[in-house]
This record gives sequence, structure tokens and C-alpha cells, in this order.
Amino acid sequence: MKLYIQGTGAVSPVQSYDAGLFEQDFSPKTVRRLVCEEPDYSSIIDVKLIRRMSKVIKIGVAAANFALKEAGIDMPDAILTGTAYGCLEDTTLFLNRLIGNQEEMLTPTAFIQSTHNTVGGQIALLMHNHGYNNTFVSRGFSFEMAMLDAHLLLQEGKADTVLVGGVDESTDVQFHLLERMGLFRRNPVSTAALISDPQKGTICGEGAAFFVMGKEKNAHSLAQVKAFSMIFQPESSEEVRNQIRSLISEQGLEVSDIDLLLIGKNGDRRSDPVYDDVLDPIFPGMAKGYFKHLSGEYPTASSFALWLAGNIFNKRKLPDCLLLEGKVNQPLRNILIYNHSNQIHHTLYLISAV
Amino acid sequence: MHSGILVTGLGMISGIGLNTAESIASIESGKPGVQEIRYLKTRYRGILPVSEVKLDNEALAGISGLDHRLTRTALLSSVAAKEALIHAGGNFPKHIRAGFFSANTVGGMDKTEDFYPIYLENQHSGHLNAVIHHECGSATEIVAGMLGIRHYISTISTACSSSANSIMFAARMIRAGLLDVAIAGGVDALTRFTLNGFNTLMILDKEHCKPFDENRNGLNLGEGAGYVVLASEKAAKELGMTPICSITGWNNANDAYHQTASSPNGEGSYLAMQGALSLADLQPADIDYINLHGTGTQNNDQSEGTAIERIFQPVYPKMSSTKSFTGHTLGASGGIEAVLSCMSIKEGLVYPNFNFSTRIQSFPFEPVTVFQKGQRIRNVLSNSFGFGGNCSSLIFSEL
Repeated sequence: MKLYIQGTGAVSPVQSYDAGLFEQDFSPKTVRRLVCEEPDYSSIIDVKLIRRMSKVIKIGVAAANFALKEAGIDMPDAILTGTAYGCLEDTTLFLNRLIGNQEEMLTPTAFIQSTHNTVGGQIALLMHNHGYNNTFVSRGFSFEMAMLDAHLLLQEGKADTVLVGGVDESTDVQFHLLERMGLFRRNPVSTAALISDPQKGTICGEGAAFFVMGKEKNAHSLAQVKAFSMIFQPESSEEVRNQIRSLISEQGLEVSDIDLLLIGKNGDRRSDPVYDDVLDPIFPGMAKGYFKHLSGEYPTASSFALWLAGNIFNKRKLPDCLLLEGKVNQPLRNILIYNHSNQIHHTLYLISAV
Repeated sequence: MHSGILVTGLGMISGIGLNTAESIASIESGKPGVQEIRYLKTRYRGILPVSEVKLDNEALAGISGLDHRLTRTALLSSVAAKEALIHAGGNFPKHIRAGFFSANTVGGMDKTEDFYPIYLENQHSGHLNAVIHHECGSATEIVAGMLGIRHYISTISTACSSSANSIMFAARMIRAGLLDVAIAGGVDALTRFTLNGFNTLMILDKEHCKPFDENRNGLNLGEGAGYVVLASEKAAKELGMTPICSITGWNNANDAYHQTASSPNGEGSYLAMQGALSLADLQPADIDYINLHGTGTQNNDQSEGTAIERIFQPVYPKMSSTKSFTGHTLGASGGIEAVLSCMSIKEGLVYPNFNFSTRIQSFPFEPVTVFQKGQRIRNVLSNSFGFGGNCSSLIFSEL
């Protein structure tokens, strides 16, 4: 796949801009829900606009801005967003008022900003970008569908640079409803012990991660997405394994060429065994890294994993807090990301050094 | 010029009919779906007219076979997608790479907004089953399961251009050789959330909407679903499908002017139409009919009309908005209007712009007002523009 990451940007529950995760020591938190460490938006967005923007818009716009800056461009040819939940805060706000006021005396702002394409639309609006603009809301594949569209646009010659990102916000109502559905831990857990002590439920998360993608390697390229793949409700672990094997072999690589597995374990004992079950027969003893103790669980969390992989290559550093088990082959050349969202949406990425 | 991707099946449901044939018959006999609210529970019943699908959820479930307790979004989608699949010859064999590309703006809001007042009173009450399908992507997965499609299940949400974008994405996936066939389009159910949202914007006409009329006064909301079956030539041949027409042009551009309003010169619409013509390698004169976005708001029709003037002057093709029949079905509109565009080519139809009486003063053109049959329609341009500046145009062509 001729798909290069030329720039990355993220806003996540760990410091992921300025001197972030890659320079500082990891400080665990004891929580049931992780929320974003937000940057000072005033250097990115007009102060008058910030006040009206909900969190999902702000973290999306900021992450997009960081990615463009790193790629050294200010006008991508296309803007693609993946978001499973869309703009929950504004949706909830409008619903509250609609019910509270019995459908009367409502104001439009929250409604206007509740549509799922608000983040992508705002990014375009702020930079006056008339290019291709699309928003995917395909649950646990939202970000992957956006990446697939980016790949198509580049292949078609329709674009040279594509801004593509995954973003989802957590709100009180969403947290509480998913909690009632049994998705989260009953008690706060230290993020340092999330995976080592699996129990029923995980921790809720949120975040935005954007990427500038191009089809040619250039001075800004920090990694190559050699291949990625989605598997919807696989019938067996073997089906996922077959997909992994062909993903690797189609790139002319061997299983032994993979240096690190970056996996989506989230501390839920009901769904974490899937990872070892799928991977161990192919990669016995291989080094495994993880990330949901940093991001929490959310449907577009795979975009945060891709951000991590890109930065591991870019900064030539694997922060200790990412390593779950095993010893990493050095120098790091190929990372395989494997994530699943509630065992329904399984995603794979093969990321390589450039 | 690329040969296009074949359209081999059509399915739609809206306020003017439960399937494609019923819908065309309603248009021919001048029966719009816009009426007094009958099914949606809202204080605006009797005040704001809308175009509802004239069946309750139990009856919709009866048509497609889905569980009636599912969201109305999923039920509407299932009816139209099933019609399209049957029209194209039925279930795809296992070795065929098939995708389901849907779109919507409300997801499961119809259930969520019934659940939410109960939840607000007591956070431990309310059945969670009501909100489990809230996400936009959920309805798509439910219907994909019913259709027997497992790979490439995609949901797009770009406001009123959502389903035009899902058709475009599906066509590109087939052209890139990643898929053999796809069912593509979109759906939206009417909800209090959207009705009140549009009402706060003060763009809902309390009377029947009059798109592209000098005295237009806003839009009427509608609900429904529309899907086309797309196939590569090879797959269509192998499966013995009968092609109806092809999709030869598409483009997606952003107006980048305002979150909800369109620019005065219609830059986004202009770029969308121009790009679609260029991809199809067609001249403006090759377009025989434009199915307008034509919502009936002051802003949209002025902006869209200006963009049309920039591209087509001095000779204008026949054009009309079918939203005075179907209402503005938001995430479904691009899908429903794609079905109508394909039928225009297949049957030589041009649809009347219902309720039109006075030409917009600043434009040298006006929409068609009489149902026309037996026309030769070589290429149809279908426009879908939305919030967030999202503008998309599709071109369907005769074979």
C-alpha cells in the first residue's frame, strides 16, 4: 500500500502534544473514565469560536491542526473524519432542552452542532477548504472507513495529501448509559494495573487523532501504513489469524519481521482473551504493547494506536509504559496493531519504518 | 471516460409510496406525501406538515421481516434495501464481494428520544434496549445482517448529502476493484429531535413547500430510504443482472462558508456539479434532467440556482425538485433521488416540481411543472447539499 503518514496530531487522556508521553514519565490515574488532557486552544482557534464549540469539535480541530503542522502543510486536498458517536454533548444538550421546554423556546446552536459531520465541516470552514469532505459513522470501523476513503482518494489521483482522523467524546450521559450496560468497571482502577488484573468491564475513554496521509514518501514521512484491514464479527480466531497472515505475506514479509504487536487489551476479562487467542499461535513469545490504559476504551481508539505507532517510529522511542510483555526487537521496523471493539469490529494495521 | 458502474436494482420508501412503483405513480397522479403529522408524537402535529411513511413500525417490520421493536431508521432502511436487492435478482452468492453502504443523520434517535424523558426523571429507569441502537452505524449493521452482507458495511453521515456520499463511495470501491457489487443509499426516520432542530432554524414551511419558487418559504421534512444496487460489468454479467443505467459521474466538495448556510455564489454546489461532469467526461449540454437538491428554503435554492446558472447558462436542462412530494428526507434524500434519477433514464420520465407557480426573479430558468413520459433522458444530474458545507453531485447515464 502506498500510504505514508506525513504528520500526526492527537488530543487524548495522556499528554499527547508538546512534551508529551514520549518525553515524560507515565503517571497512572485511578479512574473509571479517562478524559482528554486538553491543550490551550487559544493558539489554534479563534477565542470567540472556542466558547461555542463542544469538546469533540475542539479536540478534533486541535488534533487536525497538530497533524497539518507536523506535515508542513496548511491545505490538505481532502478531509475525512471517523466518529462513531458524533457530537454527543450538543445532542444531549438539545435533547435536554427539547424535553425540558416541551418542544418550545429552543435555540438552534446545539442542534446545528449536533450533526455528525460537524468536526469535519468545522475543520474545512476554519481553513476555507473546498476539497472532498466525508464523515464515516461506522461504529468500531469509523476511523478505518475514513482511512479506506483516504487510500482510495490517493490511488485515484484525486488528492496528494489527505487529512484523516478518528474522534469520539465521552459525556456524562453516555458514560452512565454504557455503565448500565455493564461496559465499565464498578470501582476506580489504577491505569497501571488495568491489564494485569483483568476483571469485568473496562474504563471509558475518548480522544482525537488525526493524520496527514500521502502516497509518496517525503521529508515529512514518519511511517508507512503498509496495509490495514477490517473484520466484522469474525466467525473464529482462525479467521482473524488468516487475515493477519495474508496481510503480512502480501507485503512480502514474514511473521518474524514483526517486531511489536500493539494490541487493544482494555482490562475486560470477557474480551481480552481474544487477543492472546488470536495472536499467540502466530507470534509465540512476541513483544506486546498496549494503549487502552492511556486512551480508555472508545470506538475510534484504533486511531490513537496508529498515532502511537507513528510516533514510535518518528521519535525512535518506545515509552516503557506501552510495553506489556516480551522484549522488542531493535531496531523497530514493523508494528502490527490489532484492536477489537466489543469483539464485533476487529481492525489490523501493519505499520513500518520509512 | 470510464464506462461507469452499472445500476442493477432500485428500492425506495417514502411518504409517497412503499416502493418505487408506488412512488412514481404518486408523482404521476400529483399526490404529495406531505400531510398533517400522523405518527410522530410531537406538539407540532396539526401545525407543521411533514411527509411521513404512512405505516407504523409494526407494519414496516411486516414488510421486511425485521423485529418491530428495532428503530424506525432500521425498519425503513430494511424495506427499501430489500426491494433493491430483489429487483437486482436476489441474494448475492457467497463468492461475490458485496458491500452495504448506508447513511443516515439520526441513527436510533427515534427510540432514544422516547427513552430519554424517562431516564431524565430517574437515571436507573428506562429500557436500555431503546438506546442500544442509537449509533448511526447500528441500523446499517442490522440491515446488512438481514441482507446477508458481512464485509464492507459502511455508514456515512454528512447531513443532507449523506446518501449521495454513500453511493459515491460504493461506486469508487467497485471501480477500484475492491468490491463486485454494493447496495448503496441511505435512510432517515422523522424524529422530534430533527423536527425541532429545523424549527429553531426557522426554515420549516407551515404550508406545503414550494422549491425554486420566488415565494418559497422553507422546507417540509420527510422520512424514508432509498438504495441502488451497483455492480461491476463482470459481476452483473456473471449474476445475470439486467442493468438499468450506470453511474458515470460523482463529486464531493465543501462550500466552507457556514455551518448551516450555503454561500451566495454556491461555490460548493458549483464544484460538486462541475467535478461530476468532468469525471463523467460530459458537457453541461449532455445533461437532460437535473434532480435538484431544491429544499425550498430561500438560502438553498438561491445558492443552488446560482451555481446552476454558472455552469449551464445559456441553455438549461429540464430540472425539478421532488422534495415537494417526498419532503426533505435528509440522510435519505440522495438515495431516494438517485432511485428517481435512474427511473427517469429507464422510463424517460421528468418529474414535476409540485406547488411551483412563480419563477425566481433573478434566474432565467424555472423547474418543470408537468409530469413527462417517453422522453429520451441520456444523463441525469442529482444534487445533494447539506450542513457542514457538504455538497455532492451524482450523474446517472443511459447505457
